[in-house]
Amino acid sequence: MIEITLRVNGQNQKVAVDDPNMPLLYALRDDLGLRGPKFGCGLGQCGACCVIIEGEAARSCVTLAIDTHEKEIKTLEGLGDLDRPSRVQKAFIAEQAAQCGYCTNGMIMTATALLSRRPRPTETDVREALAQNLCRCGSHARVIAAVLRAAREG
Amino acid sequence: MTAITRRSLLCSAATVIVTFSLPRGAEASVNTVAADSVDGYLSVARDGGVTVFAGKVDLGTGARAAIRQIVAEELGLSPGRIALVEGDTALTPDQGSTGGSTGIMVGGVQIRQAAATARARLLSLASASLNRPVSDLETSDGMVVARGDGGAVSFASLIGGAAFELPIDKTAPLRNPDAYTVVGTSYARPDIPAKLTARHAYVQDHRVDGMAHARVVRPPAIGAHLNDVDASSIADIPGAEVVRIKDFLAVVAPREWDAVRALRQLKATWSEAATLPGSDNLFEAVRATPVARVEMLRSVGDAPAVLDQAQRVIHATYSWPMQSHASMGPSCAVADIRDNGGTVWTASQSTHRMRWTIAKLLGLDGAKLRLVYMDGSGSYGTNGNDDVAFEAALLSRELGRPVRAQWMREDEHGWDPKGPPQLLDLRAALRADGSIAAWETVAMPPVNTPNAGIPLLAAVAAGLDDGRGSQSGFTGMNSDPPYAIENVHAEVRWLATTPLRVSNLRAPGKIGNVLAVESFFDELAAAANADPLALRLRLLSDPRGREALERLRQMMNWTPRASPLERTSDLLEGRGIAYVHYKQAENYVAMGVEATVERSTGAVRVLRVACAHDCGLMINPDAVHAQVEGCILQTLSRTLFEEVTFDRARVTSTDWSSYPILTFRDVPKLDIALIDRRHERPLGAGEAAAAPVAAAVGNAIFDATGVRLRQAPFTPARVKKALDEQAT
Repeated sequence: MIEITLRVNGQNQKVAVDDPNMPLLYALRDDLGLRGPKFGCGLGQCGACCVIIEGEAARSCVTLAIDTHEKEIKTLEGLGDLDRPSRVQKAFIAEQAAQCGYCTNGMIMTATALLSRRPRPTETDVREALAQNLCRCGSHARVIAAVLRAAREG
Repeated sequence: MTAITRRSLLCSAATVIVTFSLPRGAEASVNTVAADSVDGYLSVARDGGVTVFAGKVDLGTGARAAIRQIVAEELGLSPGRIALVEGDTALTPDQGSTGGSTGIMVGGVQIRQAAATARARLLSLASASLNRPVSDLETSDGMVVARGDGGAVSFASLIGGAAFELPIDKTAPLRNPDAYTVVGTSYARPDIPAKLTARHAYVQDHRVDGMAHARVVRPPAIGAHLNDVDASSIADIPGAEVVRIKDFLAVVAPREWDAVRALRQLKATWSEAATLPGSDNLFEAVRATPVARVEMLRSVGDAPAVLDQAQRVIHATYSWPMQSHASMGPSCAVADIRDNGGTVWTASQSTHRMRWTIAKLLGLDGAKLRLVYMDGSGSYGTNGNDDVAFEAALLSRELGRPVRAQWMREDEHGWDPKGPPQLLDLRAALRADGSIAAWETVAMPPVNTPNAGIPLLAAVAAGLDDGRGSQSGFTGMNSDPPYAIENVHAEVRWLATTPLRVSNLRAPGKIGNVLAVESFFDELAAAANADPLALRLRLLSDPRGREALERLRQMMNWTPRASPLERTSDLLEGRGIAYVHYKQAENYVAMGVEATVERSTGAVRVLRVACAHDCGLMINPDAVHAQVEGCILQTLSRTLFEEVTFDRARVTSTDWSSYPILTFRDVPKLDIALIDRRHERPLGAGEAAAAPVAAAVGNAIFDATGVRLRQAPFTPARVKKALDEQAT
């Protein structure tokens, strides 16, 4: 049993890890009760589990929890809330850029990381940044519009 | 534990599962879930807030906004004062499954009539209280208001906290659509802000005290029997346990990751099985399958005789592969079975039916069993949600504690019931002038038993079900042409079996059928050297269908000419259209596609999709727009990329690399024209625009290349092969 410290959304959280192969996703969802990162594939293919680690979008389903000891982790909860959504969340709400919303965590986290390194992306930049984030409902056009809106209104 | 009633739940805060908020005072007024009573659908609380109880659910479609708008409009109050409970079997009437794009068309219309009946009663109560004739009264903002002197009385004081005790009056007058102020506006979906800030609980997020995390261990081959399990192989995992019932095998553990570890680590031996034809031989197997029943879909004139004597007959065979619902989030459910009943939290599209299915299979008292709907990942038909709900219930009963069952990615792709394979033979007789003398379709989908549900994996494995049922939707519809042709023979040969377990998948059967009909129609247009749009209009009299096509003509800047274009470059560009009158009874959709085909690689790129869409009255145009976008993009994905592969034993496309779908790189420009028909009945928007997508893409490929693709998906390999064959 190893105890690790995760700095999640600005707070230090201790998690007991008895299997070093446990992905971060299970620490976030199961131990810390977070709902933002979603289990989609467990294979790093779909992006539903995205979080931001030290400023970079990362797939929490293929990131070992022990490798994130004392690292800064941001989840969808940490971007903003109903009263104060982040600019990306606000833009997604304005564009109604979700259907079932299950993949949207990954879209917002990836877009947030994109805009922090490239504040004025082109549409092609947005498509490329999100190319590994899958959506099954077909909300893609609205997601692209929302990210461009967030950049514009940022 | 006694039978669960709406009153017992609403009166006891301890048992109310707070996945929704109810206005205060809703508790006393209603204790019925009867589908023919006003109280079944709505109640007015003491403070005047209204709660709507809907048996059908919002699957990410916007129904959660639209149902509120419908009730707000009919009653006369703000949609923001309406709470909505969806799909909870203890609280809502059984309005049937959420599917077939019937959420508004059937479910919403029932609720609208309940609201109209309620409004009539409110007016009559106010008439007595204000001493004014009903004809002088109007409802507005939760009040009944008298014209002229402005006397007013609130809904709350008229009936707040009390029941209507009224059957739904089918003749209760509806609001005049010309006076709509809420219906027809793009009221924002109330669930989106919470979903986008992680404040919304999906069923995958639901937790119950003391619950175990479960994973089901699937056999290595469909139909394999479990020989032996070595429980000691997971002895080192804290709290992990094995549950076995005949061929049903599962592991549970207190922590979720430990359940996953146990799943990977458990040693079990299974018998061998090789019952499948393999996906490479799918359509040979389909053609060799016995026919269970023949349905004459449409018979006009004498097509077989005309075809027999015709000088010029064109024939073609089209096919559509097996496809997965491929939900982003693997299916999940939580169950707490106790005292011969209990609760199951589920994203099932059929909570009301599943309540009785689970009760029957487990020998529970259905009156004591409650299914609570919670949002899941988009399902687009019966995905794994019904299976996993039963698995959670079965495990909870076995273990005597709450269980959360969660599928893995390989479960969802490998074991969800699949969209059925489709094979269609078409023939047409052409006259000397190129006009169509006769048309014949023979469609061969697997047999469908409506409302039967599908055989649940765990029920079959545990020996509780024989696994023989089959339900995959009305997959024969739209296999007949929507055009005025003198001799038409369209028959559906319902096949006795199909290789994998099947279920309804968005626009069941219609995408493949329209691919066949609308591509074949283009073949006939090309044979006659006719413009495909002009030929459709010539043979179509329905004014709503014609308007959709005329709108598409403008959107496409259509210049009349026959297909294909004659071009010699490597990157070929083409245009294609397709039309559907959905189920020959519902929406009118005209779709146009502009695409390029790279001759050297066979890669198809869809640049633009234009769609003219008529679904009657639109409750919420932005939600309709979103559904049409979803229909187009998901079906482009199915058209270009998706095909379930399997060997003799099992499905082999079990993740996103072996079953790729559309990505952001593949998204075309979308131009969608929504035709406003506020005096027509509202139809669904979740399926119809899916139906013509594949045909429009296939027609664009033909226009660009002169090559006709008759088998989806249109992968580069398949397109390249067809191009190479053309060259030789």
